[in-house]
Amino acid sequence: MAHPSDPEQLQAWRAQLACAFASIDGIFADCMADASVKLSAQGLEDFLEQARFLGKMGRGAEPVLIFLQEWPTIATLVGEDTLDAVMVAIKRINKSPNSKAIVPLLQSLAAVSRRLPTPAQLQHYLDLSLQLMDRTSTSIHGIHKSYPSPSLATFFETAPRLLDVLSLQGLANWVTYGMRNYAHHPEQQREFFSLQGADSRAVLQRERHGTLLMDQTRALDLTLRALWQMSDVLVPYATTFDVQRVPMPYFDADGMRLPDVYDARAGVSGLDRYRAALAHMAAHRRWSTPIFADNFSPAQRLAIECFEDARVESLALRQYPGLRRIFAALHPDPKEGACNPATHSCLRHRLAMLSRALLVPPTRFDRPQLQEWVQRFQALLAQSVSSTAEMASLALSYLGKTRLQSDQLPDTWFADTEVDYRDDNRHLWRFHERPDDDESDAPAQPPPEQEIPKLPPRHYPEWDYTSQTLRPDWVSLYERLHPSGNAGDVDALLAKHAALSKRLKRLLDLLKPQDKVRLRFQEDGSELDLDVAIRALIDLKSGNRPDVRVNMSHTTDGRSIATTLLLDLSESLNEKARGAQQTVLQLSQEAVSLLAWAVQQLGDPLAIAGFHSNTRHDVRYLHLKGFNEPWNDTVKARLAAMQAAYSTRMGAALRHAAHSLVSQAADKKLLLVLTDGQPADIDVKDEQLLIEDAKEAVKELDHQGIFSYCINLDASADAYVSTIFGQRYTVIDNIARLPEQLPRLFMALTR
Amino acid sequence: MSDKAETYRITQAPFYQQQSNEVALYEAAYNAKLPVMVKGPTGCGKSRFVEYMAFKLGKPLITVACNEDMTASDLVGRYLLEANGTRWLDGPLATAARIGAICYLDEIVEARQDTTVVIHPLTDHRRQLPLDKKGELIQAHPDFQLVISYNPGYQSLMKDLKQSTKQRFVGFDFDYPAADLEASIIATETGVNLADAVRLVKVGTAARALKGHGLDEGISTRLLVYAATLIKAEVDPLDACRMALVRPITDDADIRATLDHAIDAVFGDA
Repeated sequence: MAHPSDPEQLQAWRAQLACAFASIDGIFADCMADASVKLSAQGLEDFLEQARFLGKMGRGAEPVLIFLQEWPTIATLVGEDTLDAVMVAIKRINKSPNSKAIVPLLQSLAAVSRRLPTPAQLQHYLDLSLQLMDRTSTSIHGIHKSYPSPSLATFFETAPRLLDVLSLQGLANWVTYGMRNYAHHPEQQREFFSLQGADSRAVLQRERHGTLLMDQTRALDLTLRALWQMSDVLVPYATTFDVQRVPMPYFDADGMRLPDVYDARAGVSGLDRYRAALAHMAAHRRWSTPIFADNFSPAQRLAIECFEDARVESLALRQYPGLRRIFAALHPDPKEGACNPATHSCLRHRLAMLSRALLVPPTRFDRPQLQEWVQRFQALLAQSVSSTAEMASLALSYLGKTRLQSDQLPDTWFADTEVDYRDDNRHLWRFHERPDDDESDAPAQPPPEQEIPKLPPRHYPEWDYTSQTLRPDWVSLYERLHPSGNAGDVDALLAKHAALSKRLKRLLDLLKPQDKVRLRFQEDGSELDLDVAIRALIDLKSGNRPDVRVNMSHTTDGRSIATTLLLDLSESLNEKARGAQQTVLQLSQEAVSLLAWAVQQLGDPLAIAGFHSNTRHDVRYLHLKGFNEPWNDTVKARLAAMQAAYSTRMGAALRHAAHSLVSQAADKKLLLVLTDGQPADIDVKDEQLLIEDAKEAVKELDHQGIFSYCINLDASADAYVSTIFGQRYTVIDNIARLPEQLPRLFMALTR
Repeated sequence: MSDKAETYRITQAPFYQQQSNEVALYEAAYNAKLPVMVKGPTGCGKSRFVEYMAFKLGKPLITVACNEDMTASDLVGRYLLEANGTRWLDGPLATAARIGAICYLDEIVEARQDTTVVIHPLTDHRRQLPLDKKGELIQAHPDFQLVISYNPGYQSLMKDLKQSTKQRFVGFDFDYPAADLEASIIATETGVNLADAVRLVKVGTAARALKGHGLDEGISTRLLVYAATLIKAEVDPLDACRMALVRPITDDADIRATLDHAIDAVFGDA
């Protein structure tokens, strides 16, 4: 085989490359040396061949430069055979207007192939990339794609980070979501694929693997309380977006910080990893006392932390020996001699070995020195719980005895020295001197006392029926108080319907409360009460006067129905109703006033809210009456000022109405929706989408135990309203009779 | 009459581990014939204490488990129907008053408030029980004493004692014993080794910390004794704990997972 250091051979290869870029000369010899070690003879031949193609492609020197440097590594990861697949992809990109993306593709390929080490997986990844390119390259007049994809290059740059947390399937889902929802918006597309958009991150969270802290908060809270009799706020910190430094768990006065996600590792489930981290922090809380750090060097602090961590863990294990399995599985087991003291500072490695030995004392010590320290540690802990100060002095003498000249070397050996369930021990140290930049002494800025005109937005998902997925946090909903008008107007409306309200009153009196109650000791009743009857018979026989109240009957007592009335306040309400002089809005106003009056008579809790929307970024939920507000002038004034505008995004409004209704302590929960048309909004072209979303929202409400019912004023509503609400709707054809119909309907539903 | 007293007498000494000076205090109350109220969470040893005291004082014990459908005549007595007429049958309270027994009304709050009023004349200086149906007034035997127990843990608005009832008793507050004491109780009661008993108490302590956070009551001493009994019968400790300590008290998945973890953590190396 040809030897790479042979200048003639190198010349031959250089000639084979047939590429005149001067920048190649500098790296060529090194690259070929690397390649000839990693590639077979045939592989080397192909490698040069394809490099030659890249050079001739006419996209500058960069592609070939990167290829020469990266390919041998990639080939060792996924095999030389994948070269064809990669080149096919590159050629296709080269033919499209996206040739700028070739460089990021090649640059990220090594990192990507580390995550996708089989040819099939890599092929899948390349296919996905090409699909993204096809879907996002745009053309003006059809036939040829003439504008480059705004996101392809960005995608290649983000891909390695994504694959750190996503499986290939998760990545595919994430990409598909981006393609579908941002295909026509280059700016947002770029934002999505660079992981800057909010829903880009939300979808990522949804697709990622591992145990999410948010899903386990309650279980962990309970663990902390049960095992450690402590309670604290568990705060997640992001691990995905912080690539520069990997944060460690820690705790301070504001709570315990844990990573937002843990994958199963070393046979320990994500949940158990959280529990290990909690146990370690709780043990510190219980047994550690802070000491002054000013007089210790960084190395000394490291050693003290090592002993102190081991101390609190052995104390925890004394109480809960079963934790040893988890701790031992997660603690690295550094090998003796892995670190060469001639080239590296081995302090961390030495401490990690010590820490391992303190946690899991080996049966046989290779080094008597290690054994001595483990014994001294155990002796200190044998009688008592020892203390942080004792550990500090033990650590200092350990450092003094084991110090090596090479500990001062700038290259520190890090491999196998990180114990990831342990916190960063910031609680252990106190400082006499404050660092200059610490401004924590400054009085906290008082929060600006500015009145917030509306509540902060709440985000709700929306159902995308084409892909059968929820778009997370898709809709922003703002809840605000409805402006007030003149309460007298509503009173006038009620007065106008005085005759109707009299009829309703009679109906209301008939409405029976709901719960069955047994009435005993009745002279007349529906059944014989056996106990009482026998007692009466005994009295009769024994010569006493029997009780004649031997029957019992059942009655109902108590109504427990909470109702939310949700009004569609979209623009279409301003139209004149068919066959009436009033607009639909005015009729609704009358109907709602009557209903509110009627429900007030019954004493059921009722909330009234209106909604309309102006794109998904601004769904307005207008509060008219709350459950605890009585039917008074304030509420009437709001009703009097009812205005109609914008469109109907029903799903988000349903979800928000459910949000407050579900917390009502009532046996039955009823959500009445009064609308005059199908869900629609100006930013949605597909009519079916919002209908399907509303249907999904109704399904979600069902799961929460809320009975939803729709009163529709659109005579041609049957088609879509039954899609959304199933059988639970009424279409009112004669809108003029709405004021009469609505309260009747309510009573019929709750009878 | 003395035959009847014999049937209610306790022949075997029940095991009871004194927590502080409650035995002496009870004896003082008995000597003064003061009615006694015993409060505490479920399974902490209330009934065992009363049983033990009855044995120690050598008095018969009549226990009534109260329930919602119980009427005054269930306590006092009633006429029974017979083929040719009726026959009077003393209720447990009347029996106890006649034979001079300790009458123990367990979980008194479960009975309706108007029912419990019938004990009033027995619990003050009168110490009599009128049987109005029969037209008889029982003067309580000098040895008679009334003891009630209730669990303040699951008090609801509806289930509480009337002030007029409460204020006729002297009270004992019971709680789960301190950890090492509880361990020795479990070990003595079941014969399990002390190390396992200590571990069981640790699990119990963990569960008791969850009271009010999804658990209505922590794991009682009684359940710990059950678990120890199973362990003694050579059931694997992990299974015994899950079966005796976790499954009975909760259906909540999170709490179950937490307690299972606590058991693993405590028994992991055993």
